[in-house]
Amino acid sequence: MSKNIKFLVSLLTLIIIFIILLKGLDVSKDYSNEKLKSQIDFSLNAKKLFSDEIINISDLFDKNSPSVVNIWASWCAPCREEHQFLMKLKDMNINIIGINYKDSPKNAKNFLSLLGNPYSEVITDNDGTKSIEFGAIGVPETFIISGKTNEIIKKYIGPLTSENLIEIEKLLKKNA
Amino acid sequence: MSNYLGNYSLYIALIASVYLIFKSYLDANSENKYLDKNFILITSIQTIMITVSFFSLVAAFVISDFSNETVFNNSHTLKPLFYKVSGTWGNHEGSLLLWLLVLSIFLFIFLLNSRSQDTKYKLLTILFQQIIISGFLVFILLTSNPFKTLYPIPSEGLGLNPILQDPALAIHPPILYLGYVGTSIIFSASLASMISGNIGDKWARHIKKWVLVSWIFLTIGILLGSIWAYYELGWGGFWFWDPVENVSLMPWFCLTALLHTVIVLQKRNSFKEWTIILSITTFSLSMSGTFLVRSGILNSIHTFANDPSRGLFILCFLFILILMSILIFFFNQNKISNTAKENFILSKETAILVNNWFMMFFLSVVLVGTIYPIFLEVLNGSKISVGPPFYHNLLIPFLIPFLIFMSFGPSLKWIKDKLKKFNYNILIIFFVSLLISYVILTKTENSFLLSIPLIVLSIYLLLVTIKDFFVSKSSISQKISHFGFSLLITSILLNGLFSNEFNSNMKVGDERIFNEKVVKLKEVNVTDVDNYKSLKASFEVTNKNSSFVLYPEVRIYQQPLTITSEADIKTTLFSDNFLVFNILKDDGYYNIRYQYKPLMIWIWISTIFISFGGLLSVVRKNEQKY
Amino acid sequence: MLKIIKLILLLYFSLNFSYAAEINTKVDQITKNLRCLICQGQSVYDSQSDFAISMKLVVKNKIDEGKEEEEIYDYLKNKYGEWIVYEPELNQNTFLLWSIPLILFAFGGLLIIRKVSIK
Repeated sequence: MSKNIKFLVSLLTLIIIFIILLKGLDVSKDYSNEKLKSQIDFSLNAKKLFSDEIINISDLFDKNSPSVVNIWASWCAPCREEHQFLMKLKDMNINIIGINYKDSPKNAKNFLSLLGNPYSEVITDNDGTKSIEFGAIGVPETFIISGKTNEIIKKYIGPLTSENLIEIEKLLKKNA
Repeated sequence: MSNYLGNYSLYIALIASVYLIFKSYLDANSENKYLDKNFILITSIQTIMITVSFFSLVAAFVISDFSNETVFNNSHTLKPLFYKVSGTWGNHEGSLLLWLLVLSIFLFIFLLNSRSQDTKYKLLTILFQQIIISGFLVFILLTSNPFKTLYPIPSEGLGLNPILQDPALAIHPPILYLGYVGTSIIFSASLASMISGNIGDKWARHIKKWVLVSWIFLTIGILLGSIWAYYELGWGGFWFWDPVENVSLMPWFCLTALLHTVIVLQKRNSFKEWTIILSITTFSLSMSGTFLVRSGILNSIHTFANDPSRGLFILCFLFILILMSILIFFFNQNKISNTAKENFILSKETAILVNNWFMMFFLSVVLVGTIYPIFLEVLNGSKISVGPPFYHNLLIPFLIPFLIFMSFGPSLKWIKDKLKKFNYNILIIFFVSLLISYVILTKTENSFLLSIPLIVLSIYLLLVTIKDFFVSKSSISQKISHFGFSLLITSILLNGLFSNEFNSNMKVGDERIFNEKVVKLKEVNVTDVDNYKSLKASFEVTNKNSSFVLYPEVRIYQQPLTITSEADIKTTLFSDNFLVFNILKDDGYYNIRYQYKPLMIWIWISTIFISFGGLLSVVRKNEQKY
Repeated sequence: MLKIIKLILLLYFSLNFSYAAEINTKVDQITKNLRCLICQGQSVYDSQSDFAISMKLVVKNKIDEGKEEEEIYDYLKNKYGEWIVYEPELNQNTFLLWSIPLILFAFGGLLIIRKVSIK
């Protein structure tokens, strides 16, 4: 290789690396993996919070329209924060399924009687394995799940905000 | 008060820096024979100013002056004095100030130490070093000023992350920085020698000291970081291939290559361009380390609070420095006098080339593994993790040829060596190591295909390096470092092969049997200590004929609320027994993790041997001078 | 050509030179290769966070159901993305990751051969 080619190659490599790292600075630390289209195993069984009855989770979902799933716990402070938004979603006649994460049934019931119950049904997840089926990493997390394909359409990590509400409404209409 | 003092001394240092950049640039283009006396004067003023600034920050930490934002964010009145002081560099702003301090002190020492060198070369070194210093000064003043004030003055600080309250970690950053910053002098000096055209054996002798010193500090710095991870993080490992650890290992590989190459330049006046390339790369890697750690582009346990403008600044600064060095390298290449000699296959020169070849390979594995996820995410949005299995799979197989090579490479002669007559000693040593390995390997059920040659070769190399103490004519420092290296590899391999552990949930009074040992949880004591609540457990470990007690601890800190697990480790010359426990939500149960780790202490000792060899070499060079 | 290289690489890595401590059970082996997504730089195995505890349980359940190691990884990758696995599998995205160091090694070897006279 002649000297000039070596020079140009090193210059070019440097510039490419610089541009990539520059863009890397902007890449958000978003780990919701929306591209995945992961499916929920609807054959899963779970216990209801209020009746101790064991049901198949497919019974909770409307086959023809998308549902919202919210993972929460009474011990989690951000859950308390986002609760008002869940209540608003309920007022919009949206079907919300609650998953109560590693919680005591007593505290969970108190939480709901105090702040209102936005859920059409609450199932318990004592060991956290059901939340992993949904691809959750903690509480709170909210999912929009297609009733037709069992796929996760959208995932929110952390408490919902008022902007999210509008988005959720749009997404539900679009996928209905 | 100390805030103003610290802040304004930085501005004065910046003015000095700008003056020195212009002055050295102008003087380098004139034909002055002597270095203007002002250079030493202004450089010492600058160094003093930065020192004043640094110590005013230390003072603010010691007296818990919460009008200073950095102190407020990182300190607390209840903290022991030692950690108040080390808190100075335990945060982003303070650590940069420490970088800066070391940068200017090193330049000052360089000026005092290079009187016999050519004036133009010295001027250019000052120029490049001042460019780096001014870059850091602007960076600190613009994005990370440690002297920002708060009003109203808070009455209490936010505390220091308790995980950082550890003696090894308190001295780890300064030592590591001495290594990183040492490479800046090598960088500046090699660019200067490129332009002034004085690369050769004399320059090599002069720069070798800096290479050695940086290398020693870097080695010790990495060692301390590893010791901290082992004792403090409580997972029982000493190297996690975490990006922040990798970032310190990369310049080490490069510097180790440079350390060997510079000897060829000194003895044979050969490998000139390669020496320069290595010098530039080493410093670029040290700086990239700062960029990767400080910008938050990595996801790692050690990443500090970050802010995008900081990352952007360091990236641009780094880009300009590397661009500048590429331009200087290619436009001055013709100034390098061609004294390259023929390299024969059996010669020390070739052996050092092969050493460099492996070092560059190890470097490339670590570099690619560390930054590939960033590149992939930018280019197509996929997120992947590159963890220990990747590094092990790529590095370990290459250890086999590397160990073979290292058993004979270092004893080759300069210029041209002959194939010796069949050496019976070597054969005996080889059979002895086969025998030892056989005994060792029968004690484990582990049957990884590669572990057999690796163990045989590492023990063989260990025996050869011991033999070299008595026969080889090479320098004592080389013998010690190489012996340390072979001891390190052997310890790591045996440690990996024979480590085992168990994991269990226990309550007080429970017993578990593990490896013919009975582990019993006797009690858990809860006490309130200075700034945390302590749960100290006592575990009795009973062997066939002996017993000992381990006291691991869980600490619950309030400022900020953090729970840490302090492992208790029983260390003997042969093995470590490592026990750590955690609180479980189920009442009364604790999760315990018991690990048996053979030869752990030898990993630390051998690294000390490696750097001690380097230290001897520095001292010996000084002796020769006087 | 690419396929051949890929095949060779696959063969090479299927020998699996894992050197880490002797791995007691399959659960440990798998969870050591999973990133604890809410911890920084810790494996699921090393972590005691809620997420990691549940994840260990999920892995155990899957093994009890008779799932193979690869199936479990695929299941989790589908839930969390490739990010969760520490050992990146060999595919289009990671082909360069595995091969760049090897290419550089070969290239370095060639350079040395050119520099050295074999006499």
